[in-house]
Amino acid sequence: MNNFDYQQAASIADGIQLVSTNNKAAFVAGGTNLIDLWKYRLMEPELLVDLNQVKEHHSIEEKEDGSVRLGAFVSNADTAYHPIIEKRYPLLSKAILAGASAQIRNMASNGGNLLQRTRCYYFYDPNVPCNKRTPGSGCSAIDGYNRIHAILGASDNCIAVFPSDMCVALAALDAVVNTSGTDGERSIPFSEFHRLPGDMPEQDNNLRHGEIITSIDLPEKGFSGNYSYLKLRDRHSYAFALVSVATGLELSGDIITDARIALGGLAHKPWRINEAELFLKGKQANAESFAGAAEILLQGAKGFKYNSFKIELAKRAIIRNGLMALHPEQQLPGARPSA
Amino acid sequence: MSDQSSVGKPVSRLEGRLKVTGAAKYAAEYDAPNLLYGYVINSTITKGKITSIDTSAATAVEGVVAVFSHENRPELPWLDIKYADMDAPPGTVFKPLYDNEIKYNGQPIALLVANDFETARYASTLVRFEYEEEFFETCLDNNLEKGRDAKKGIATLLKPPPPAPTGNFEKAFENSAVKHTAEYLHSTEHHNPMELFATTTVYEGNGKLTIFDKTQGTINNQLYVANAFGLSYKNVRVIAPFVGGTFGSGLRPQHQLFLCVMAALELKRNVRVTLDRKQMFTFGHRPQTYQKLRFSTDENGSITAMNHLAIGETSQFEDYAESVVTWSHKLYPAANTLLEYKLAPLDLPSPLDMRAPGGCTAMHAIECMMDELSYKLKMDPLELRLRNYSEIDPSTGKSFTSKELKQCYLKAAERFGWKDRNPEPGSMTRGNKLVGYGMATGIWDAYQFPSRIEAIITKEGKLIINNAVTDIGTGTFTVMTQVAADALGLPLEDVTFNYGDSQKPFSMFQGGSAIAASTASAIIIAARALKKKLLKKAKAISNSPLKAAAEDDVMFKNGTIRLKKDPMSVVSFQEIVASNNGRPVRTVNMGMPHAFKLRKYTKATHSAAFVEVEVDKELKTIAVTRAVSAVAAGKILNPKTARSQITGSMVWGISKALHEETILDEKLGKYINTNLAEYHIPVHADVNELDVIFADEPDELINEAGVKGVGEIGLVAMPAAIANAIFHATGKRINKLPVHFDELL
Amino acid sequence: MPIVKLNINQQTYELDVLPWVSLLDAIRERLLLTGTKKGCDHGQCGACTVICDDKRILSCMTLAVMKNGAAITTIEGIAEGDELHPLQKAFIEHDAFQCGYCTPGQICSAIGLLTEGKAKTREEVKELMSGNLCRCGANANIIDAIMEVKEGGSREQF
Repeated sequence: MNNFDYQQAASIADGIQLVSTNNKAAFVAGGTNLIDLWKYRLMEPELLVDLNQVKEHHSIEEKEDGSVRLGAFVSNADTAYHPIIEKRYPLLSKAILAGASAQIRNMASNGGNLLQRTRCYYFYDPNVPCNKRTPGSGCSAIDGYNRIHAILGASDNCIAVFPSDMCVALAALDAVVNTSGTDGERSIPFSEFHRLPGDMPEQDNNLRHGEIITSIDLPEKGFSGNYSYLKLRDRHSYAFALVSVATGLELSGDIITDARIALGGLAHKPWRINEAELFLKGKQANAESFAGAAEILLQGAKGFKYNSFKIELAKRAIIRNGLMALHPEQQLPGARPSA
Repeated sequence: MSDQSSVGKPVSRLEGRLKVTGAAKYAAEYDAPNLLYGYVINSTITKGKITSIDTSAATAVEGVVAVFSHENRPELPWLDIKYADMDAPPGTVFKPLYDNEIKYNGQPIALLVANDFETARYASTLVRFEYEEEFFETCLDNNLEKGRDAKKGIATLLKPPPPAPTGNFEKAFENSAVKHTAEYLHSTEHHNPMELFATTTVYEGNGKLTIFDKTQGTINNQLYVANAFGLSYKNVRVIAPFVGGTFGSGLRPQHQLFLCVMAALELKRNVRVTLDRKQMFTFGHRPQTYQKLRFSTDENGSITAMNHLAIGETSQFEDYAESVVTWSHKLYPAANTLLEYKLAPLDLPSPLDMRAPGGCTAMHAIECMMDELSYKLKMDPLELRLRNYSEIDPSTGKSFTSKELKQCYLKAAERFGWKDRNPEPGSMTRGNKLVGYGMATGIWDAYQFPSRIEAIITKEGKLIINNAVTDIGTGTFTVMTQVAADALGLPLEDVTFNYGDSQKPFSMFQGGSAIAASTASAIIIAARALKKKLLKKAKAISNSPLKAAAEDDVMFKNGTIRLKKDPMSVVSFQEIVASNNGRPVRTVNMGMPHAFKLRKYTKATHSAAFVEVEVDKELKTIAVTRAVSAVAAGKILNPKTARSQITGSMVWGISKALHEETILDEKLGKYINTNLAEYHIPVHADVNELDVIFADEPDELINEAGVKGVGEIGLVAMPAAIANAIFHATGKRINKLPVHFDELL
Repeated sequence: MPIVKLNINQQTYELDVLPWVSLLDAIRERLLLTGTKKGCDHGQCGACTVICDDKRILSCMTLAVMKNGAAITTIEGIAEGDELHPLQKAFIEHDAFQCGYCTPGQICSAIGLLTEGKAKTREEVKELMSGNLCRCGANANIIDAIMEVKEGGSREQF
């Protein structure tokens, strides 16, 4: 918890200017992760640039092409409860409401949600090896207590998972992340936003230093008829996911015409496999079909000493959530398994 | 007098208004002029020595006042006994900053003091330590063979070693019709009260200190500070009016107290030290305990032999012991018993009593074992308990002062609907859920400590009661005011109970569910003496209408003494004090346990818990959907606050069974989930219907108040009841707590 | 040092605070409004909940400088003079606390919950109050108190 300078950015351009010229500068919006990390000495910014005074990107708007743009500075709560989101993207709404607590959702920004850092115990302890925190120091989790860790997309350097619930739904919905930086504006497909650890676990995502998330676009298709978010964890609320599943279905009768499945709690990014979704197309919406998709999604999964259960749990969760998506009106608070 | 009596009524907490408006002040909330802030620095290694300390970067920060470590600490007494508090286990007490030795990860090794909190926190990160590391052992599982008998000491009085074997266990077990062997384990747990440990020391000059501290024992900490720093007792005042939960963690003075006082004395300034949440994991905890049980019965379910072995973890410097293996034979008669308790010393901080220490550990194992036996016997689990019901204490042959456990079983079973249970595991379902019913028994000691009460009638005719006891959220303030009001025949508003202050007459620390019995009995004794004195003085008033009255002839009501036969013959308390030249009428009396009279009896509270769980058929997520606890704990002084004690400890039971655990990384030798995001205690969404029944249990033997205490008994039966319900739902026995739902996959 | 203007419980305070002072520490240590509690300082317990510009937030997870100009209500500003807020009364009546340390956060959070109006059933109230931990285990009584205020509700609504 080092001391730092603080400046308020008057505009996006101002913010980019302030941060891009200082290697040790960081943005703050909601603050719910950054201030936590700073207090644990995991981030030690020299300069904090507050984006809350920026006038733009505070709204949720329907665009002419049918897509919806989420302002980066809209809070998670205002997003989840926004009439457009509740009506057209209830899967996103449910996923947001399954994360954190009401207070944190009131504070946390949409942009910041994408930038959450892992909850790996070892990452959080500055006195033990962790390649994500201190590159080259080693990974304490691989041979340590790894119950909450990755079974997919991990590397020998890092088995941390990405903790967001909101992002699991954004991945399922094929969202696009719009950014602004010194090189101008970019639109990053959601699947390319977060990074698997590889040999650079310290880099969580493909955002560059000084680049700001300005908005998130949701394509028109929202799967508002048949959707479900399921979150499995060690208590019924206010805990990070061991496994979570976002499922959106389009049906013709009981035949699946389009499907999306994204998994949380298993990798350092929301996990989607196109083949699994293709597999479901034209199949009956039943347990057997979802089981087939689950097998594809979990291909290559590798458990560690304490988290092998996640493979079987994820498969069962995919099946259940598929069935839950057939009855979205029966969903329970906290994205719990259906009664 | 019944029209206004208060005991037994659901009086709302008298301090409620202060707590709901934010006016209730806790230890870190007392302001003092020019206050300095201390921040504790902890060892980042598990075992070894500090070889050098570099404070230059830290002291260069503006606002830093001092850095205390073993290198520059003030001269301190070297005798261990000077540091020993009333709850110190046998061994060598931990002395903060004493030398360069590191005994456990997170050990406090320095205190940085600065003008404000933020500077202290920041600069504390700039102090550099070099260490020489040594090999350590922190894993109980790898060190079970190091288990040895616990050393004896003062603490042994409350936690006696296991009794000698009876009969011939091995032979009886071998020859029994039905037998079962099982191992049980639970994770380390930390108390984690919501309030962070904190001390504010006001330096009054001339070796005099006023200390606002988070503690369960104001006098315990007063004596500790005076002894450790060579101060006169009367110059050390410890105040703890509001205590934000402790659950045992405040039984011993914690290191922030020592460090805060040290800094205040050295700097001759007012100092506050508050631990952060991570540092709340650097002292006492519920020790991991391995248990192996072998129980056998005859073909009718009568227990023939019981072997209970427990190996608990302790530190390398103190033998913290619990009563784990003493309970089975207090509940169930068996001719052959072999009860063994061992300690394995590890490189960890000393464990510390945590709500129902030993008892909830033991009863988890014992009552899961009983459930196993009931299935082997094809007998209803409740029936098996009733088959082995004992009206006397089988371990000693003594009678109980009272025991209404049978009433608990029957009333709770009825309320719960136990008769609807289909014993076949997995046979009961509800939609996507398997439904399980489980039950278990609870038992806890009924302790009583000495307590000294000052009782005063003021010139306004009102009653003041003074005692050093704390109220850690149990309702002590409210309940003791009720007891005092009834004892003098006064309305509640005419009674002031002053507490939480070491300057008041003696109280032991608040623990072991002992305080209600201890303080209430002492109040009743003091009230009797005060009434006698008041009557004597009333009779001495000239023309007193009570002149000829004997004690039995009068009643005390609404601040007056009246003749029972002629209620118009009245002397008011105010008249008595006036006739006493305006001097308040005062008595000081000691309440003591009736050790001699009670030597022929066993004192215990009992409970029965019945639990329903739902386990998802495929995903195996677990919810405790409802639970009924029936409790036999003598007289219930206030059913509202007592009920909260029980429901609160039922939540603790849910937490122990399904949620909380401090995870130890044995390679690093440290706890790794030291925060409230990953140390899971139940949230509101985890708590469903909780029902409490208080058995009717008059007990005229146990103490003046007929009270046994309710702080812990509500927890004891719950973990086993939940584990048994999970078995009933799924057919799977998970003997390690907390149960992770994925273990049911 | 930056000057931060905070309107707390309808009183304006001007504070000289360094950027790294959390809103919680500003309220507790600078303004001595100690009703707002520090239970974890990391957004994990809810004890520091205050109402900021009509929303319940965690005062430990924001900086005082970031709330310049904000209107904040702490537990000290909930009652109208001597008249307790209905939630405060219900908390006392339902014995919805023991040690009392989480209580200010629970009450501020419950006020936020009622203002938001998103929770309809008891289950939803429990879910949306789950950011406030209670180690004494007063959970059921806390929810009872909130349900009573919410709609004269009771356990039966469950």
